[in-house]
Amino acid sequence: MSGLSKSVLYDFCLRMGDNTLILGHRVSEWCGHAPVLEEDIALANTALDLIGQTQFWLGLAADVQGEGKSADDLAFLRDAWDFRNGLLCELPNGDFGQTLMRQYLFDEWHWAMLTALQNSSEKRVSDIADKAVKEASYHLERSRDTVIGLGDGTAESHDRMQAALDYLYPYVGEFFEADTVDEAAAKEGIAPVLESLREGYDAAIKATMDAATLRLPDSRFAHKGGRNGRMHTEHLGHLLTNMQWLQRAYPGASW
Amino acid sequence: MTQPSPLEVMRWLDQVPDPEIPAISLVDLGIIRHVEWAGDALEVTVTPTYSGCPATSIINFEIEKALRDNGVEKVSLKRQISPPWTTDWLSEKGREKLEAYGIAPPQPAGGPAQCPRCQSSDLEKLSQFGSTPCKAQWRCKSCLEPFDYFKCI
Repeated sequence: MSGLSKSVLYDFCLRMGDNTLILGHRVSEWCGHAPVLEEDIALANTALDLIGQTQFWLGLAADVQGEGKSADDLAFLRDAWDFRNGLLCELPNGDFGQTLMRQYLFDEWHWAMLTALQNSSEKRVSDIADKAVKEASYHLERSRDTVIGLGDGTAESHDRMQAALDYLYPYVGEFFEADTVDEAAAKEGIAPVLESLREGYDAAIKATMDAATLRLPDSRFAHKGGRNGRMHTEHLGHLLTNMQWLQRAYPGASW
Repeated sequence: MTQPSPLEVMRWLDQVPDPEIPAISLVDLGIIRHVEWAGDALEVTVTPTYSGCPATSIINFEIEKALRDNGVEKVSLKRQISPPWTTDWLSEKGREKLEAYGIAPPQPAGGPAQCPRCQSSDLEKLSQFGSTPCKAQWRCKSCLEPFDYFKCI
């Protein structure tokens, strides 16, 4: 593999793995705090799947990098500016409705992306996608149902879901805007052309929001800067102080 | 010692209970994908059920222990994620044991066929997720007992 291909594959895996790591950590923050026991278990299970997928993606990134690092090294020994997750993933949980809306907006993209990655020219990528897409489709089924249930629920739950959608929707566009890494990955057949996923995504979330009696914002304005690391939100740094606390307080600790 | 055949090794591993659902064995669960000798080392290929299944490291430990207890000195465990694990790989014996244990086995229709306790088919879903990543929670509307359903993936 050429140096350029290696660097594209490394960046691509970081983006996939940082999405699942940061969102997985966020969702795990609910553990023990969800409104009912069943939802607590559902959130913890979702977080577990995402963190399991992270081990595959960051493990592959570390292999490709070839510096003897592990998935754990990449998760715990990088600082905010080295993370490549979409901004959506790092946004705070807010209330339960906001958490589920964030999950749904991510799951719909994640499922489409993983489905496309099953045809990746890179076997190690398609292997991970084959595994992860099964979990993602299960997440999607639940987050879609919950968004519809809460949107088309009481006046209170409807208003909260509409507020969550208004807040989160501007963070969706980042997942579809390609930069040089995405273009190179698409050219090599590692990943799909990002924009090609947008039409299906838009149709899916429109159908869900209609069923949920929620209104999609008109503006396509998109906050960006997470996937290329140029500018994360202030929330990522706070998340990392928690997630990386052990390695920061006791560098090199292991058991 | 003479090298035991892969079939013999599978019989040993069929005695190793799944750490989270001890009613069935690792072989019943369908996660032991391949056993072969590579020189003097025994290679066992294992696939995870769910990406983040926390039992993975315990399972690897249990496999190594079972093989060492049977006199195998060099064990090499390989992780394989493709093709991904599917509940189609559960053994018929495993499905029966699950049901007897109180866990409804997976069905292609996506929900349990009957209550594992009273065999009623009047059921409702409580939650898509359960006490482990591989299960969901259902309830029987006839006997009113909640029960685990092994998700079909």
